[in-house]
Amino acid sequence: MKIQGKVIKYGNNVDTDVIIPARYLNTADPAELASHCMEDLDKTFVERVEKGDIMVAGSNFGCGSSREHAPIAIKASGISCVIAETFARIFYRNSINIGLAIIESPEAAADISEGDMLEIDFDSGLIHNQTKKVFYKGAPFPEFMQKIIAADGLIGYIKQK
Amino acid sequence: MSDIRRKGLTMTQKILASHAGLDSVEVGQLIMSRLDMVLGNDITTPVAVKEFRKIGIDNVFDKNKIAIVPDHFTPNKDIKSAEQVKYIREFAKEKGIVNFFEVGQMGVEHALLPEKGLVVPGDVIIGADSHTCTYGALGAFSTGVGSTDMAAGMATGEAWFKVPEAIQFELKGKPGKWVSGKDIILHIIGMIGVDGALYKSMEFVGDGLSSLSMDDRFSMANMAVEAGAKNGIFAVDDKTIAYVKEHSNRPYKVFAADEDAVYSEKYTIELSDIKPTVAFPPLPDQARTIDKVGDVKIDQVVIGSCTNGRIEDMRIAAAVLKGHKVHPDVRCIIIPATQKIWKQSMEEGLFNIFVDAGAAVSTPTCGPCLGGHMGILAKGERAVATTNRNFIGRMGHPESEVYLASPAIAAASAVAGRIASPDEL
Ligand code: SF4
Repeated sequence: MKIQGKVIKYGNNVDTDVIIPARYLNTADPAELASHCMEDLDKTFVERVEKGDIMVAGSNFGCGSSREHAPIAIKASGISCVIAETFARIFYRNSINIGLAIIESPEAAADISEGDMLEIDFDSGLIHNQTKKVFYKGAPFPEFMQKIIAADGLIGYIKQK
Repeated sequence: MSDIRRKGLTMTQKILASHAGLDSVEVGQLIMSRLDMVLGNDITTPVAVKEFRKIGIDNVFDKNKIAIVPDHFTPNKDIKSAEQVKYIREFAKEKGIVNFFEVGQMGVEHALLPEKGLVVPGDVIIGADSHTCTYGALGAFSTGVGSTDMAAGMATGEAWFKVPEAIQFELKGKPGKWVSGKDIILHIIGMIGVDGALYKSMEFVGDGLSSLSMDDRFSMANMAVEAGAKNGIFAVDDKTIAYVKEHSNRPYKVFAADEDAVYSEKYTIELSDIKPTVAFPPLPDQARTIDKVGDVKIDQVVIGSCTNGRIEDMRIAAAVLKGHKVHPDVRCIIIPATQKIWKQSMEEGLFNIFVDAGAAVSTPTCGPCLGGHMGILAKGERAVATTNRNFIGRMGHPESEVYLASPAIAAASAVAGRIASPDEL
Protein backbone atom coordinates (compact mmCIF):
# COMPACT_ATOMS: atom_id res chain seq x y z
CA MET A 1 0.00 0.00 0.00
CA LYS A 2 1.18 3.51 -0.82
CA ILE A 3 0.06 6.82 0.63
CA GLN A 4 0.86 10.35 -0.34
CA GLY A 5 0.64 13.52 1.74
CA LYS A 6 2.03 16.85 2.77
CA VAL A 7 4.18 17.21 5.89
CA ILE A 8 3.33 18.96 9.14
CA LYS A 9 6.48 19.00 11.24
CA TYR A 10 7.19 19.21 15.00
CA GLY A 11 10.25 18.87 17.26
CA ASN A 12 11.43 16.48 19.99
CA ASN A 13 9.50 15.14 22.98
CA VAL A 14 5.99 15.96 21.74
CA ASP A 15 4.01 14.61 24.71
CA THR A 16 0.48 13.25 24.85
CA ASP A 17 -0.59 16.19 27.05
CA VAL A 18 -0.05 18.55 24.10
CA ILE A 19 -1.40 16.07 21.54
CA ILE A 20 -4.66 16.03 23.50
CA PRO A 21 -4.82 17.98 26.79
CA ALA A 22 -6.37 16.20 29.79
CA ARG A 23 -9.14 18.77 30.03
CA TYR A 24 -10.74 17.16 26.96
CA LEU A 25 -10.50 13.58 28.22
CA ASN A 26 -14.00 13.50 29.61
CA THR A 27 -14.99 12.19 26.19
CA ALA A 28 -13.75 9.36 24.00
CA ASP A 29 -15.43 10.60 20.81
CA PRO A 30 -12.76 10.63 18.04
CA ALA A 31 -14.18 13.66 16.18
CA GLU A 32 -14.38 15.73 19.37
CA LEU A 33 -10.86 14.72 20.37
CA ALA A 34 -9.59 15.60 16.89
CA SER A 35 -11.06 19.10 17.19
CA HIS A 36 -8.55 19.81 20.03
CA CYS A 37 -5.58 17.88 18.61
CA MET A 38 -2.17 19.59 19.17
CA GLU A 39 -3.98 22.65 20.56
CA ASP A 40 -1.49 23.55 23.33
CA LEU A 41 1.52 23.26 21.01
CA ASP A 42 0.09 24.54 17.72
CA LYS A 43 -3.28 26.25 17.62
CA THR A 44 -3.22 26.31 13.80
CA PHE A 45 -2.98 22.52 13.40
CA VAL A 46 -6.70 21.82 13.47
CA GLU A 47 -7.40 24.48 10.84
CA ARG A 48 -4.63 23.57 8.44
CA VAL A 49 -4.53 19.75 8.63
CA GLU A 50 -5.91 18.06 5.54
CA LYS A 51 -6.93 14.47 5.11
CA GLY A 52 -3.89 12.38 4.23
CA ASP A 53 -1.28 14.76 5.72
CA ILE A 54 1.78 13.19 7.30
CA MET A 55 3.10 14.25 10.70
CA VAL A 56 6.89 14.24 11.10
CA ALA A 57 8.65 14.77 14.43
CA GLY A 58 11.90 14.28 16.33
CA SER A 59 12.75 11.92 19.17
CA ASN A 60 10.47 10.42 21.86
CA PHE A 61 7.21 11.31 20.07
CA GLY A 62 4.14 10.63 22.21
CA CYS A 63 5.89 10.54 25.59
CA GLY A 64 3.90 10.91 28.78
CA SER A 65 0.44 9.68 29.58
CA SER A 66 -0.82 6.35 28.23
CA ARG A 67 -3.97 7.96 26.84
CA GLU A 68 -5.00 6.15 23.66
CA HIS A 69 -6.96 9.33 22.99
CA ALA A 70 -3.67 10.73 21.60
CA PRO A 71 -3.24 8.42 18.58
CA ILE A 72 -7.04 8.38 18.19
CA ALA A 73 -7.09 12.21 17.97
CA ILE A 74 -4.24 12.23 15.44
CA LYS A 75 -5.89 9.55 13.32
CA ALA A 76 -9.30 11.25 13.45
CA SER A 77 -7.76 14.59 12.48
CA GLY A 78 -6.93 13.06 9.09
CA ILE A 79 -3.23 12.33 9.55
CA SER A 80 -2.38 9.22 7.54
CA CYS A 81 1.00 8.40 9.10
CA VAL A 82 3.43 9.68 11.74
CA ILE A 83 7.17 9.53 11.06
CA ALA A 84 9.52 10.18 13.99
CA GLU A 85 13.12 9.70 14.98
CA THR A 86 11.87 7.57 17.90
CA PHE A 87 8.50 6.98 19.56
CA ALA A 88 7.70 6.68 23.26
CA ARG A 89 6.84 3.05 23.82
CA ILE A 90 3.22 3.29 24.99
CA PHE A 91 2.37 5.56 22.06
CA TYR A 92 4.06 3.08 19.72
CA ARG A 93 1.98 0.21 21.15
CA ASN A 94 -1.24 2.17 21.10
CA SER A 95 -0.77 3.22 17.49
CA ILE A 96 -0.32 -0.39 16.38
CA ASN A 97 -3.26 -1.49 18.51
CA ILE A 98 -5.63 1.10 17.00
CA GLY A 99 -4.22 0.97 13.46
CA LEU A 100 -2.50 4.36 13.12
CA ALA A 101 0.46 3.96 10.78
CA ILE A 102 3.77 5.01 12.32
CA ILE A 103 7.32 4.76 11.03
CA GLU A 104 10.58 5.17 12.89
CA SER A 105 13.26 6.74 10.70
CA PRO A 106 15.91 9.05 12.21
CA GLU A 107 17.17 9.84 8.73
CA ALA A 108 13.74 10.92 7.43
CA ALA A 109 12.89 12.81 10.61
CA ALA A 110 16.07 14.87 10.35
CA ASP A 111 15.83 15.70 6.64
CA ILE A 112 12.13 16.30 5.97
CA SER A 113 10.84 19.89 6.16
CA GLU A 114 7.43 21.36 6.83
CA GLY A 115 5.34 21.31 3.66
CA ASP A 116 7.36 18.61 1.82
CA MET A 117 5.32 16.13 -0.24
CA LEU A 118 5.98 12.49 0.68
CA GLU A 119 5.04 9.15 -0.74
CA ILE A 120 5.30 6.19 1.62
CA ASP A 121 5.34 2.55 0.57
CA PHE A 122 4.29 0.53 3.62
CA ASP A 123 5.29 -2.79 2.08
CA SER A 124 8.92 -1.82 1.54
CA GLY A 125 9.15 0.81 4.30
CA LEU A 126 10.50 3.27 1.73
CA ILE A 127 9.75 6.97 2.13
CA HIS A 128 10.02 9.12 -0.99
CA ASN A 129 10.44 12.86 -0.45
CA GLN A 130 9.04 14.18 -3.73
CA THR A 131 9.89 17.78 -2.89
CA LYS A 132 13.54 17.14 -2.07
CA LYS A 133 13.79 14.19 -4.49
CA VAL A 134 15.37 11.79 -1.97
CA PHE A 135 14.47 8.39 -0.49
CA TYR A 136 14.71 7.31 3.15
CA LYS A 137 14.46 3.86 4.67
CA GLY A 138 11.94 3.32 7.48
CA ALA A 139 12.10 0.43 9.96
CA PRO A 140 9.69 -2.32 8.85
CA PHE A 141 7.33 -3.87 11.43
CA PRO A 142 8.08 -7.35 12.77
CA GLU A 143 5.77 -10.03 11.39
CA PHE A 144 3.69 -10.31 14.58
CA MET A 145 2.90 -6.59 14.50
CA GLN A 146 2.11 -6.73 10.79
CA LYS A 147 -0.51 -9.36 11.62
CA ILE A 148 -2.08 -7.06 14.21
CA ILE A 149 -2.12 -4.17 11.75
CA ALA A 150 -3.52 -6.42 8.99
CA ALA A 151 -6.34 -7.44 11.34
CA ASP A 152 -7.14 -3.72 11.78
CA GLY A 153 -5.74 -3.61 15.29
CA LEU A 154 -5.42 -5.84 18.33
CA ILE A 155 -9.15 -6.39 18.83
CA GLY A 156 -9.55 -7.67 15.28
CA TYR A 157 -6.52 -9.92 15.85
CA ILE A 158 -8.03 -11.44 18.99
CA LYS A 159 -11.37 -11.95 17.25
CA GLN A 160 -9.59 -13.90 14.53
CA LYS A 161 -8.08 -16.21 17.14
CA MET B 1 25.22 -30.84 31.25
CA SER B 2 24.00 -28.91 28.27
CA ASP B 3 26.75 -27.28 26.30
CA ILE B 4 24.59 -24.31 25.36
CA ARG B 5 24.99 -22.11 28.38
CA ARG B 6 21.93 -20.07 29.19
CA LYS B 7 22.68 -16.35 28.97
CA GLY B 8 22.42 -14.32 32.13
CA LEU B 9 19.06 -12.58 32.48
CA THR B 10 17.99 -9.35 34.16
CA MET B 11 15.17 -9.33 36.74
CA THR B 12 12.66 -8.16 34.16
CA GLN B 13 13.74 -10.73 31.60
CA LYS B 14 13.37 -13.53 34.18
CA ILE B 15 9.88 -12.45 35.21
CA LEU B 16 8.78 -12.16 31.58
CA ALA B 17 10.25 -15.57 30.70
CA SER B 18 8.41 -17.19 33.61
CA HIS B 19 5.11 -15.66 32.54
CA ALA B 20 5.58 -16.66 28.91
CA GLY B 21 6.34 -20.25 29.92
CA LEU B 22 9.88 -20.03 28.58
CA ASP B 23 13.23 -21.01 30.08
CA SER B 24 14.94 -18.02 28.65
CA VAL B 25 14.29 -14.96 26.50
CA GLU B 26 16.37 -12.73 24.25
CA VAL B 27 16.37 -8.96 24.02
CA GLY B 28 13.90 -7.88 21.33
CA GLN B 29 11.99 -11.19 21.35
CA LEU B 30 8.20 -10.81 21.10
CA ILE B 31 6.43 -12.86 23.75
CA MET B 32 2.90 -13.48 24.97
CA SER B 33 2.83 -13.12 28.73
CA ARG B 34 0.28 -14.26 31.28
CA LEU B 35 -1.04 -11.37 33.39
CA ASP B 36 -1.54 -11.26 37.15
CA MET B 37 -3.44 -7.96 37.13
CA VAL B 38 -5.04 -5.68 34.55
CA LEU B 39 -5.68 -2.10 35.66
CA GLY B 40 -7.61 0.86 34.32
CA ASN B 41 -8.86 4.27 35.46
CA ASP B 42 -11.81 6.51 34.67
CA ILE B 43 -10.14 7.99 31.57
CA THR B 44 -8.78 4.84 29.96
CA THR B 45 -11.37 2.23 31.01
CA PRO B 46 -14.33 3.68 29.05
CA VAL B 47 -12.33 3.26 25.82
CA ALA B 48 -11.27 -0.23 26.94
CA VAL B 49 -14.86 -1.27 27.68
CA LYS B 50 -15.94 -0.12 24.20
CA GLU B 51 -13.16 -2.22 22.67
CA PHE B 52 -13.94 -5.19 24.96
CA ARG B 53 -17.55 -5.18 23.77
CA LYS B 54 -16.36 -5.41 20.15
CA ILE B 55 -14.64 -8.72 20.87
CA GLY B 56 -18.04 -10.24 21.50
CA ILE B 57 -17.31 -12.42 24.54
CA ASP B 58 -19.39 -12.44 27.73
CA ASN B 59 -16.90 -12.78 30.52
CA VAL B 60 -13.63 -11.28 31.61
CA PHE B 61 -10.72 -13.72 32.01
CA ASP B 62 -10.70 -13.47 35.81
CA LYS B 63 -12.93 -11.30 38.00
CA ASN B 64 -10.26 -11.08 40.69
CA LYS B 65 -7.45 -9.99 38.41
CA ILE B 66 -8.90 -6.76 37.09
CA ALA B 67 -8.75 -3.49 39.01
CA ILE B 68 -10.73 -0.44 37.98
CA VAL B 69 -10.01 2.77 39.86
CA PRO B 70 -11.89 5.95 38.98
CA ASP B 71 -9.40 8.51 40.31
CA HIS B 72 -8.63 11.15 37.69
CA PHE B 73 -11.82 13.20 37.49
CA THR B 74 -13.37 11.86 40.72
CA PRO B 75 -15.33 12.76 42.75
CA ASN B 76 -16.83 13.51 39.34
CA LYS B 77 -15.97 17.02 38.23
CA ASP B 78 -18.68 17.42 35.60
CA ILE B 79 -21.52 15.64 33.84
CA LYS B 80 -19.34 14.08 31.16
CA SER B 81 -16.97 12.52 33.71
CA ALA B 82 -19.92 11.29 35.74
CA GLU B 83 -21.29 9.59 32.60
CA GLN B 84 -17.91 7.97 31.95
CA VAL B 85 -17.66 6.59 35.47
CA LYS B 86 -21.27 5.41 35.34
CA TYR B 87 -20.45 3.51 32.15
CA ILE B 88 -17.51 1.66 33.72
CA ARG B 89 -19.29 1.13 37.06
CA GLU B 90 -22.07 -0.67 35.19
CA PHE B 91 -19.52 -2.74 33.31
CA ALA B 92 -17.79 -3.70 36.57
CA LYS B 93 -21.12 -4.77 38.09
CA GLU B 94 -22.20 -6.69 35.01
CA LYS B 95 -18.91 -8.63 34.86
CA GLY B 96 -18.64 -9.10 38.63
CA ILE B 97 -15.28 -7.32 38.80
CA VAL B 98 -14.17 -7.54 42.42
CA ASN B 99 -11.67 -4.69 42.53
CA PHE B 100 -13.75 -1.71 41.52
CA PHE B 101 -12.98 1.14 43.91
CA GLU B 102 -15.71 3.68 44.40
CA VAL B 103 -15.32 7.14 45.94
CA GLY B 104 -15.05 6.48 49.66
CA GLN B 105 -12.78 3.48 49.15
CA MET B 106 -10.69 4.71 46.30
CA GLY B 107 -7.32 6.28 46.11
CA VAL B 108 -4.91 7.26 43.37
CA GLU B 109 -4.52 3.92 41.61
CA HIS B 110 -0.77 3.42 42.00
CA ALA B 111 -0.86 4.16 45.71
CA LEU B 112 -3.98 2.03 46.12
CA LEU B 113 -3.03 -1.26 44.46
CA PRO B 114 0.05 -2.05 46.59
CA GLU B 115 -1.79 -0.92 49.72
CA LYS B 116 -4.67 -3.30 48.92
CA GLY B 117 -2.20 -6.16 48.45
CA LEU B 118 -3.09 -6.55 44.77
CA VAL B 119 0.56 -6.56 43.69
CA VAL B 120 3.31 -8.88 44.90
CA PRO B 121 6.91 -9.58 43.83
CA GLY B 122 7.24 -11.55 40.59
CA ASP B 123 3.88 -10.43 39.15
CA VAL B 124 3.32 -9.25 35.60
CA ILE B 125 0.91 -6.33 35.54
CA ILE B 126 -0.38 -4.06 32.82
CA GLY B 127 -2.29 -0.88 33.47
CA ALA B 128 -3.92 1.55 31.10
CA ASP B 129 -2.02 4.32 32.82
CA SER B 130 1.59 5.20 32.18
CA HIS B 131 2.60 5.23 35.86
CA THR B 132 1.73 1.55 36.26
CA CYS B 133 5.51 1.15 36.42
CA THR B 134 5.21 2.13 40.11
CA TYR B 135 4.84 -1.50 41.25
CA GLY B 136 8.39 -2.24 40.19
CA ALA B 137 9.21 -1.04 43.71
CA LEU B 138 7.87 -4.43 44.85
CA GLY B 139 10.00 -6.45 42.44
CA ALA B 140 7.13 -6.96 39.97
CA PHE B 141 7.16 -6.31 36.21
CA SER B 142 4.53 -3.67 35.66
CA THR B 143 4.11 -1.35 32.74
CA GLY B 144 1.75 1.18 31.23
CA VAL B 145 -0.26 0.30 28.14
CA GLY B 146 -3.23 1.76 26.31
CA SER B 147 -6.94 1.05 26.46
CA THR B 148 -6.96 -1.51 23.67
CA ASP B 149 -4.29 -3.51 25.50
CA MET B 150 -6.43 -3.30 28.63
CA ALA B 151 -9.45 -4.61 26.69
CA ALA B 152 -7.42 -7.48 25.27
CA GLY B 153 -5.94 -8.18 28.72
CA MET B 154 -9.39 -8.29 30.33
CA ALA B 155 -10.54 -10.72 27.64
CA THR B 156 -7.57 -13.06 27.40
CA GLY B 157 -5.42 -12.54 30.50
CA GLU B 158 -2.45 -12.03 28.21
CA ALA B 159 -0.42 -9.24 26.66
CA TRP B 160 2.34 -9.04 24.06
CA PHE B 161 5.71 -7.61 25.00
CA LYS B 162 9.03 -7.04 23.35
CA VAL B 163 11.69 -8.24 25.81
CA PRO B 164 13.61 -5.12 26.90
CA GLU B 165 17.26 -4.53 27.63
CA ALA B 166 18.05 -3.00 30.98
CA ILE B 167 20.10 -0.22 32.51
CA GLN B 168 21.45 -1.03 35.96
CA PHE B 169 21.60 1.64 38.65
CA GLU B 170 23.69 0.60 41.61
CA LEU B 171 22.80 2.77 44.59
CA LYS B 172 25.44 3.23 47.28
CA GLY B 173 25.54 4.87 50.68
CA LYS B 174 22.89 6.91 52.43
CA PRO B 175 21.01 10.02 51.31
CA GLY B 176 21.49 13.22 53.32
CA LYS B 177 18.96 15.41 55.07
CA TRP B 178 15.85 16.39 53.05
CA VAL B 179 16.86 14.00 50.25
CA SER B 180 14.16 11.47 49.35
CA GLY B 181 13.47 8.96 46.61
CA LYS B 182 11.99 11.82 44.59
CA ASP B 183 15.28 13.72 44.58
CA ILE B 184 17.17 10.58 43.57
CA ILE B 185 14.90 9.86 40.61
CA LEU B 186 14.85 13.52 39.48
CA HIS B 187 18.65 13.45 39.64
CA ILE B 188 18.74 10.25 37.54
CA ILE B 189 16.28 11.56 34.93
CA GLY B 190 18.27 14.80 34.77
CA MET B 191 21.36 12.69 34.11
CA ILE B 192 19.99 10.34 31.41
CA GLY B 193 17.21 12.51 29.91
CA VAL B 194 13.52 11.97 29.18
CA ASP B 195 14.32 9.33 26.59
CA GLY B 196 17.45 8.02 28.31
CA ALA B 197 15.86 4.66 29.04
CA LEU B 198 13.52 4.45 26.02
CA TYR B 199 12.14 0.88 25.57
CA LYS B 200 14.42 -0.34 28.40
CA SER B 201 14.00 -1.35 31.99
CA MET B 202 15.69 0.48 34.83
CA GLU B 203 16.95 -1.92 37.49
CA PHE B 204 17.80 -0.56 40.92
CA VAL B 205 20.18 -2.58 43.08
CA GLY B 206 22.90 -2.08 45.66
CA ASP B 207 23.46 -1.59 49.37
CA GLY B 208 21.98 1.91 49.15
CA LEU B 209 18.53 0.31 48.84
CA SER B 210 18.56 -0.48 52.55
CA SER B 211 18.33 3.22 53.38
CA LEU B 212 15.33 3.74 51.09
CA SER B 213 11.84 3.17 52.48
CA MET B 214 9.14 1.49 50.40
CA ASP B 215 7.56 4.92 49.90
CA ASP B 216 10.88 6.21 48.49
CA ARG B 217 11.04 3.25 46.14
CA PHE B 218 7.43 3.68 44.96
CA SER B 219 8.11 7.29 44.05
CA MET B 220 11.27 6.31 42.16
CA ALA B 221 9.73 3.40 40.22
CA ASN B 222 6.76 5.69 39.50
CA MET B 223 8.93 8.05 37.47
CA ALA B 224 10.79 5.42 35.41
CA VAL B 225 8.40 6.25 32.56
CA GLU B 226 9.61 9.87 32.69
CA ALA B 227 12.95 8.56 31.42
CA GLY B 228 11.07 6.70 28.67
CA ALA B 229 11.54 3.32 30.40
CA LYS B 230 9.25 0.34 29.91
CA ASN B 231 9.52 -0.39 33.62
CA GLY B 232 11.54 0.37 36.72
CA ILE B 233 12.27 -2.48 39.07
CA PHE B 234 13.90 -2.83 42.49
CA ALA B 235 15.76 -5.81 43.87
CA VAL B 236 13.63 -7.45 46.58
CA ASP B 237 14.93 -7.19 50.16
CA ASP B 238 13.64 -7.55 53.75
CA LYS B 239 11.73 -4.29 53.53
CA THR B 240 9.90 -5.46 50.41
CA ILE B 241 8.96 -8.75 52.03
CA ALA B 242 7.81 -7.04 55.23
CA TYR B 243 5.61 -4.69 53.16
CA VAL B 244 4.11 -7.52 51.13
CA LYS B 245 3.37 -9.66 54.19
CA GLU B 246 1.67 -6.73 55.87
CA HIS B 247 -0.54 -5.96 52.87
CA SER B 248 -1.19 -9.19 50.99
CA ASN B 249 -2.03 -12.86 51.44
CA ARG B 250 -1.08 -13.73 47.90
CA PRO B 251 1.91 -16.01 47.27
CA TYR B 252 4.87 -14.17 45.78
CA LYS B 253 8.03 -15.10 43.94
CA VAL B 254 11.35 -13.33 44.24
CA PHE B 255 13.39 -12.99 41.04
CA ALA B 256 16.96 -11.74 41.19
CA ALA B 257 19.05 -10.81 38.18
CA ASP B 258 21.70 -13.35 37.18
CA GLU B 259 25.21 -12.38 38.11
CA ASP B 260 26.19 -12.46 34.46
CA ALA B 261 23.11 -10.56 33.31
CA VAL B 262 23.84 -8.25 30.39
CA TYR B 263 23.07 -4.53 30.77
CA SER B 264 23.16 -1.89 28.07
CA GLU B 265 24.59 0.59 30.60
CA LYS B 266 25.57 0.59 34.27
CA TYR B 267 25.61 3.57 36.59
CA THR B 268 26.78 3.86 40.17
CA ILE B 269 24.91 6.46 42.18
CA GLU B 270 26.43 7.69 45.44
CA LEU B 271 23.34 8.67 47.44
CA SER B 272 25.24 10.97 49.80
CA ASP B 273 26.20 13.16 46.79
CA ILE B 274 22.59 13.86 45.85
CA LYS B 275 21.09 17.22 46.81
CA PRO B 276 17.40 18.12 46.89
CA THR B 277 16.48 18.44 43.23
CA VAL B 278 13.80 20.36 41.32
CA ALA B 279 12.73 19.70 37.71
CA PHE B 280 12.02 22.95 35.84
CA PRO B 281 9.31 23.12 33.18
CA PRO B 282 8.54 21.80 30.64
CA LEU B 283 10.27 18.41 31.04
CA PRO B 284 11.15 16.18 34.00
CA ASP B 285 14.80 16.08 32.92
CA GLN B 286 15.33 19.83 33.46
CA ALA B 287 16.78 19.05 36.89
CA ARG B 288 18.53 21.64 39.07
CA THR B 289 19.78 21.18 42.60
CA ILE B 290 18.11 23.40 45.18
CA ASP B 291 21.17 25.66 45.52
CA LYS B 292 20.90 26.46 41.80
CA VAL B 293 17.19 27.26 41.43
CA GLY B 294 17.46 31.03 41.88
CA ASP B 295 14.48 33.16 42.84
CA VAL B 296 11.34 31.50 41.49
CA LYS B 297 8.15 33.02 42.91
CA ILE B 298 5.18 30.66 43.05
CA ASP B 299 1.38 30.82 43.24
CA GLN B 300 0.47 27.26 44.20
CA VAL B 301 1.83 24.14 45.87
CA VAL B 302 0.38 20.67 45.38
CA ILE B 303 1.47 17.85 47.67
CA GLY B 304 -0.02 14.53 46.62
CA SER B 305 -0.33 12.18 43.59
CA CYS B 306 0.84 8.65 42.84
CA THR B 307 4.42 9.89 43.15
CA ASN B 308 4.30 11.56 46.56
CA GLY B 309 0.92 11.27 48.27
CA ARG B 310 1.88 8.49 50.69
CA ILE B 311 2.03 8.62 54.48
CA GLU B 312 5.73 9.47 54.68
CA ASP B 313 5.16 12.33 52.26
CA MET B 314 2.38 13.64 54.50
CA ARG B 315 4.65 13.34 57.55
CA ILE B 316 7.50 15.22 55.88
CA ALA B 317 5.15 17.97 54.70
CA ALA B 318 3.80 18.29 58.25
CA ALA B 319 7.29 18.37 59.78
CA VAL B 320 8.21 21.26 57.49
CA LEU B 321 4.92 23.18 57.82
CA LYS B 322 4.65 22.83 61.59
CA GLY B 323 4.66 26.22 63.27
CA HIS B 324 4.73 28.08 59.93
CA LYS B 325 2.13 29.78 57.78
CA VAL B 326 1.62 29.29 54.07
CA HIS B 327 2.78 32.47 52.28
CA PRO B 328 -0.14 34.86 51.65
CA ASP B 329 0.44 34.71 47.87
CA VAL B 330 0.34 30.90 47.74
CA ARG B 331 -2.46 28.34 47.69
CA CYS B 332 -1.24 25.09 49.25
CA ILE B 333 -3.29 21.97 48.42
CA ILE B 334 -2.53 18.68 50.13
CA ILE B 335 -4.03 15.44 48.81
CA PRO B 336 -3.41 12.18 50.68
CA ALA B 337 -3.38 9.53 47.96
CA THR B 338 -5.77 6.97 49.50
CA GLN B 339 -8.51 6.76 52.12
CA LYS B 340 -6.17 4.80 54.36
CA ILE B 341 -3.42 7.42 54.12
CA TRP B 342 -6.05 10.12 54.69
CA LYS B 343 -7.26 8.45 57.88
CA GLN B 344 -3.76 7.78 59.13
CA SER B 345 -2.81 11.44 58.52
CA MET B 346 -5.88 12.52 60.43
CA GLU B 347 -5.16 10.19 63.34
CA GLU B 348 -1.55 11.32 63.54
CA GLY B 349 -2.71 14.92 63.83
CA LEU B 350 -1.13 15.98 60.54
CA PHE B 351 -4.33 17.69 59.37
CA ASN B 352 -4.21 20.05 62.36
CA ILE B 353 -0.75 21.12 61.27
CA PHE B 354 -1.83 21.53 57.62
CA VAL B 355 -4.96 23.50 58.41
CA ASP B 356 -3.23 25.67 61.04
CA ALA B 357 -0.61 26.51 58.45
CA GLY B 358 -3.35 27.60 56.04
CA ALA B 359 -3.26 24.65 53.65
CA ALA B 360 -6.33 22.97 52.12
CA VAL B 361 -6.71 19.20 52.52
CA SER B 362 -8.56 17.26 49.81
CA THR B 363 -10.15 13.85 49.49
CA PRO B 364 -8.00 11.43 47.43
CA THR B 365 -7.97 12.28 43.71
CA CYS B 366 -5.53 12.83 40.84
CA GLY B 367 -7.22 16.22 40.47
CA PRO B 368 -4.67 18.93 39.72
CA CYS B 369 -1.84 16.54 38.79
CA LEU B 370 -3.17 16.26 35.23
CA GLY B 371 -4.93 19.60 35.17
CA GLY B 372 -8.26 17.91 35.78
CA HIS B 373 -9.79 19.83 38.67
CA MET B 374 -9.14 20.77 42.32
CA GLY B 375 -6.49 23.39 41.65
CA ILE B 376 -6.04 24.41 38.01
CA LEU B 377 -3.48 27.10 37.14
CA ALA B 378 -4.31 30.37 35.37
CA LYS B 379 -2.19 31.93 32.62
CA GLY B 380 1.27 32.82 33.88
CA GLU B 381 0.91 31.05 37.24
CA ARG B 382 3.58 28.80 38.70
CA ALA B 383 3.22 25.74 40.90
CA VAL B 384 5.60 23.54 42.82
CA ALA B 385 4.14 20.04 42.78
CA THR B 386 5.21 16.68 44.15
CA THR B 387 3.74 15.10 41.01
CA ASN B 388 5.68 13.58 38.12
CA ARG B 389 5.04 15.67 35.00
CA ASN B 390 5.68 19.32 34.22
CA PHE B 391 4.73 19.31 30.53
CA ILE B 392 3.23 22.38 28.86
CA GLY B 393 -0.30 22.90 30.16
CA ARG B 394 -0.12 19.87 32.46
CA MET B 395 -1.77 21.63 35.39
CA GLY B 396 -3.88 24.16 33.55
CA HIS B 397 -3.25 27.05 31.16
CA PRO B 398 -0.62 26.33 28.48
CA GLU B 399 1.33 29.34 29.77
CA SER B 400 1.35 28.16 33.39
CA GLU B 401 4.37 26.34 34.81
CA VAL B 402 4.94 23.29 37.00
CA TYR B 403 8.13 22.65 39.00
CA LEU B 404 8.54 19.09 40.27
CA ALA B 405 9.99 18.53 43.73
CA SER B 406 9.89 16.44 46.90
CA PRO B 407 7.31 17.05 49.66
CA ALA B 408 10.01 18.73 51.78
CA ILE B 409 10.84 21.28 49.08
CA ALA B 410 7.18 21.75 48.16
CA ALA B 411 6.16 22.44 51.77
CA ALA B 412 9.08 24.82 52.34
CA SER B 413 8.23 26.63 49.08
CA ALA B 414 4.63 27.05 50.23
CA VAL B 415 5.91 28.95 53.27
CA ALA B 416 8.59 30.96 51.48
CA GLY B 417 6.43 31.91 48.48
CA ARG B 418 9.28 30.88 46.18
CA ILE B 419 11.12 27.63 45.57
CA ALA B 420 13.01 27.01 48.81
CA SER B 421 14.61 24.40 51.03
CA PRO B 422 13.33 23.69 54.57
CA ASP B 423 16.74 24.88 55.82
CA GLU B 424 15.86 28.40 54.68
CA LEU B 425 12.76 28.68 56.89
S1 SF4 C 1 -1.71 11.20 40.27
FE1 SF4 C 1 -1.17 12.14 38.32
S2 SF4 C 1 0.37 10.84 37.41
FE2 SF4 C 1 -0.60 9.69 39.07
S3 SF4 C 1 -2.20 8.48 38.10
FE3 SF4 C 1 -3.11 10.39 38.76
S4 SF4 C 1 -2.95 11.78 37.01
FE4 SF4 C 1 -1.57 10.08 36.64
